[in-house]
Amino acid sequence: MDFERLLCSTGPHEGQILRPSDKKHPHKVAWIHCVGSRQVTPGGNSYCSSVCCSYTQKQVILAKDHLPDMHAKIFHNDIRSYGKDFERFYQRAQKLPDVHFIRSYVSVGSEDPVTGDVSIRYTTPDGVVEEFFELVVLSVGLVPPKDAPRFSKVFGIELNHHGFCKVDPFNPLQTSRPGIFTSGAFQGPMDIPESVMGASGAAVQASFLLKSRRGQLSEDRVYPAEKDVSEEEPKVGVFVCRCGANIGRVVDVPGIAEYAKGLPNVVHVEESLFACATNTAKAISDTIRDKGLNRVVVAACTPRTHEPLFRDTLREAGVNQYFFDMANIREHCTWVHSKEQEAATQKAKDIVRMSVARAGKLEPLDEFSLPVDKTALVVGGGIAGMTSAHTLAEQGFETYLIEKASDLGGMASRLHYTLEGMDVQVFLKELKKKVYRHPKIHAITDAAVTGVDGYVGNFTTTVKVKNRVRTIKHGAAIIATGAVEYRPTEYLYGENDKVMTLLEMEGRLAKQEEKLLAADSVVMIQCVGCRNEDRNYCSRVCCSGAMKNALKMKSLKPEVDIYVLFRDIRTYGFREDYYREASNQNVKFIRYEPQDKPLVEAREEGGRSFIRVTAADPILGRNLELDVDAVVLAAAVIPSPGSSEMARMFKVPLGPDGFFQEAHAKLRPVDFAAEGVFLCGTAQYPKHLSETLTQAYGAAGRALTLLSRDTVVASGAVCDVSNDACISCGACVSVCTYGAISFEETPRGRKARVNAVLCKGDGLCVAKCPTAAISLSHYTDGEVFGQIDAALETV
Amino acid sequence: MAAPSDFKPIIVGFLCNWCCYGGADLCGVSRFQYPPYLRVIRLMCSGRVDLEFIFRAFAKKADGVFIGGCHLGDCHYNPEGNYDALGNSFVAKRILENVGVDPDRLRLEWVSAGEGIRFAEVMNEFGAKIKNLGPLGSSEGREVADLQAGLEAATQLVPYFKLVERERFRVPKRTEEGYREFFAREDYEPLFKELVLDKLTMGRIMGALRAGEDSAGAIAQKLGVDPAEVARHLNLLSQQGMVRIDGSQVQLALAA
Ligand SMILES: Cc1cc2nc3c(=O)[nH]c(=O)nc-3n(C[C@H](O)[C@H](O)[C@H](O)COP(=O)(O)OP(=O)(O)OC[C@H]3O[C@@H](n4cnc5c(N)ncnc54)[C@H](O)[C@@H]3O)c2cc1C
Ligand code: SF4
Ligand code: SF4
Ligand code: SF4
Repeated sequence: MDFERLLCSTGPHEGQILRPSDKKHPHKVAWIHCVGSRQVTPGGNSYCSSVCCSYTQKQVILAKDHLPDMHAKIFHNDIRSYGKDFERFYQRAQKLPDVHFIRSYVSVGSEDPVTGDVSIRYTTPDGVVEEFFELVVLSVGLVPPKDAPRFSKVFGIELNHHGFCKVDPFNPLQTSRPGIFTSGAFQGPMDIPESVMGASGAAVQASFLLKSRRGQLSEDRVYPAEKDVSEEEPKVGVFVCRCGANIGRVVDVPGIAEYAKGLPNVVHVEESLFACATNTAKAISDTIRDKGLNRVVVAACTPRTHEPLFRDTLREAGVNQYFFDMANIREHCTWVHSKEQEAATQKAKDIVRMSVARAGKLEPLDEFSLPVDKTALVVGGGIAGMTSAHTLAEQGFETYLIEKASDLGGMASRLHYTLEGMDVQVFLKELKKKVYRHPKIHAITDAAVTGVDGYVGNFTTTVKVKNRVRTIKHGAAIIATGAVEYRPTEYLYGENDKVMTLLEMEGRLAKQEEKLLAADSVVMIQCVGCRNEDRNYCSRVCCSGAMKNALKMKSLKPEVDIYVLFRDIRTYGFREDYYREASNQNVKFIRYEPQDKPLVEAREEGGRSFIRVTAADPILGRNLELDVDAVVLAAAVIPSPGSSEMARMFKVPLGPDGFFQEAHAKLRPVDFAAEGVFLCGTAQYPKHLSETLTQAYGAAGRALTLLSRDTVVASGAVCDVSNDACISCGACVSVCTYGAISFEETPRGRKARVNAVLCKGDGLCVAKCPTAAISLSHYTDGEVFGQIDAALETV
Repeated sequence: MAAPSDFKPIIVGFLCNWCCYGGADLCGVSRFQYPPYLRVIRLMCSGRVDLEFIFRAFAKKADGVFIGGCHLGDCHYNPEGNYDALGNSFVAKRILENVGVDPDRLRLEWVSAGEGIRFAEVMNEFGAKIKNLGPLGSSEGREVADLQAGLEAATQLVPYFKLVERERFRVPKRTEEGYREFFAREDYEPLFKELVLDKLTMGRIMGALRAGEDSAGAIAQKLGVDPAEVARHLNLLSQQGMVRIDGSQVQLALAA
């Protein structure tokens, strides 16, 4: 954390990395993982803090950016890159020059009194090495808040034995006291997206209790009346944001601001450290009013996330919100040209110039309201889909639940118990009953979505049920189509019945199948079918799944020998306790390297048929032969087969691994960029049941926010026809499949006319019109020409 | 001809908001690096990119033009404008070629909002390509002013093209295959030449005459068009009474 502050432009040395003791730039830096976590010694915590592996990698990447000649060594235990895209992040950190990841426990020695350097002792294949580092960063774990015990007393809620809030495993947002919910890291160590999902989920559950009073305390925002500026010359204000160091450290912000002053129509220029901070946004709207600005350019980040906020700033200042343009100098400039500061500064100036040119041509537009159909559609009847459907129905909204199988349940039907020992089947049965019986839930099984039309607030979806086609109108949709288990092609799977997947093992253990319990020895192989070139991600649940089933097997047959062949054990959070428990019960853990995978062969010797597993043991440095009766594969969690069609129909994207891509990895984990469509469960990424539940509540919460409104605001950026120029050719009418354009008889003949409510603003018709009669507001030819010309002005 | 090493290309990029712009954002979030040549104009749909935008950018001396949309079938909008972007880029390339601009300077790519890494790859690749071609006109070995005159003629033709497109060049099947087949059809080339390229060449000849050229040979040289083609067009133009041919002298009919 201290180091993070050093990296930050608002930090003690404005983003410069200086050693606290003597303010020297360090060139040799060591990071030590798991400090105070995954320890049972006094002062340590037994759990894993879940976030340090990835935040260390982030720091290394950033530090390397600040100090290109830095040499770094990262001393780690398992690398727990279990989150979405974490694996790629880890690979990036690994590929940096002079950055070495070393798997070793360390002991920190003495500080050299003269240089102030610190010695670290660690093990390598060639023995123990001692090395001096100029700076040592400790990846210190997360601990429960200091006043948790007081909290617990005041609110009458229980804490778990780690001192975090105790929650219901089948509703991780529910504390031990009804009516009190929790979210975020008070539940236990977790990353930002999980906290955001939880926050929305907790809010929705709390709102259920307050349902009868909904809306009574909220007030509609009142904006000042809009100023008519049609007679004024453009007066453009430019606000250049530093975004802390994100922009400010790469490009010359004062230089850009100075340059902007000289651009046509610009009457005011200002720099800001964080333009989107609440107080800054307020200051911007004051400036707009004081200086009489009628056009605003914010040179900052992407309009895809921040445009709504700044448009609001304009409204607060009494200026039409369409008089705004964002110059994206972060995502499209400083973040992608961080090594070419001069060229990046030039490019940023060009981007600002284009924006100013555009701003000068912008016109004020009115938005209009469309009614919201207060019905929800949920696709996928697993735990995620059922939970969100039930939450919505409980809040009084008619909900359709579409399941392609003949029964609800999804993957959970194949899970029997959780790591913590809870009975999944009992929970599932209860949930299914609640869903099937709910008068507001229409569960449709054996169903397939065949088409989706419409837009936020007003979708029309066609569903094929056996041979019938049904049409459902709804205002919001949740995609919860889950994920499936990979069918291994390796390790004799499907050829030898002694080889099974983790999920199959779980089924057999639940039945106490004799054949499996007859096994005296079992090998479990982790990471089968993922963390490789084809599937460059971690399936997240299988390490804990292995612990769960190993412990279950041990409880049924204590004398069995179990060997787990793993790459990294990723039992993050409190799951770490079960890893320790498995070790204590003599489950043997043997690490393998991806280039040196275990070999599996079927053998018959002396009348016994068994499987010989050969693995290289990195600690002993030789091959290990294990003759065992069963081999269990931790088969990857892979995207559900129909994902790409589903993505296409709902017009939402998939990520590189084939899972659905949320709008923002950290801050909008259950939304899509397309409005009115939400996401939860393993359709987004592999995750544990408890995490699926949290996300399902979260998605329901987001859908609820939409459905409880009577109207949605439609953009004013739609098409319009100027009658004079229209030659009635029909090009626009035939290209617009929304049916927004039709012909109308006028005194001057047949002319095209746009129905603004139906127009979605893609502007295809504009590109087809031979006479430029039809135009798309906010993206007019004139505005685009202005941008083209400005882009090339200096050539 | 190798471009000078300090050449810093400017590429004008039209990115659709939903996919390619999102991909470019994700590329930034992931800190994948690419050369600083691109100047982005954000549109809602790649189908909004008018032929005129492309010609205008080159006429203002862009070294390259990039159009980025959603993968086919993934367009955010119901009419699937990216198919129109695909059709437009086929046509634009043929027209650019006709007026002497290397069609490789125009690039259309599909990048989804989840493909940050792909955006960087495309930018690295296209950036290197344009850097290699050098400033507009250099790889073509043509005067920029001549290219600009051609682009001006092409711009004049856009409204006419939109009309014939609707009547004669409507692609029947909205699939990638359908588009490829359509543009590879045997009767497509001759028809396109007759209805579009010939018109364009005539427009360019008229432009050259207006600019003061007065012999078939000089016009052919200036336009980079085969002299026989120029002669053929001049004959047609003279039959229509647009020009007067007097031995080796050519004149605009109106000017006389
Ligand atoms: C191999 C494996 C092992 C796991 N082990 C554990 C574990 O030990 N502990 C733990 O806590 N969690 C475990 N999980 C995770 C747990 O299963 C999930 O968190 C949870 O079940 C996900 O629920 P879901 O509703 O998101 O998806 P699913 O349960 O997959 O449900 C999705 C549903 O959508 C339906 N569907 C799919 N496509 C369509 C479509 N096009 N139209 C209509 N319906 C569709 C499917 O039929 C299915 O019913 C494991 C997951 C896997 C894959
Ligand atoms: S407006 Fe954008 S660029 Fe500026 S501080 Fe906020 S996030 Fe950063
Ligand atoms: S076994 Fe599964 S959870 Fe463990 S590291 Fe491999 S893919 Fe990740
Ligand atoms: S394309 Fe243009 S000219 Fe043709 S009908 Fe539409 S608005 Fe009128």
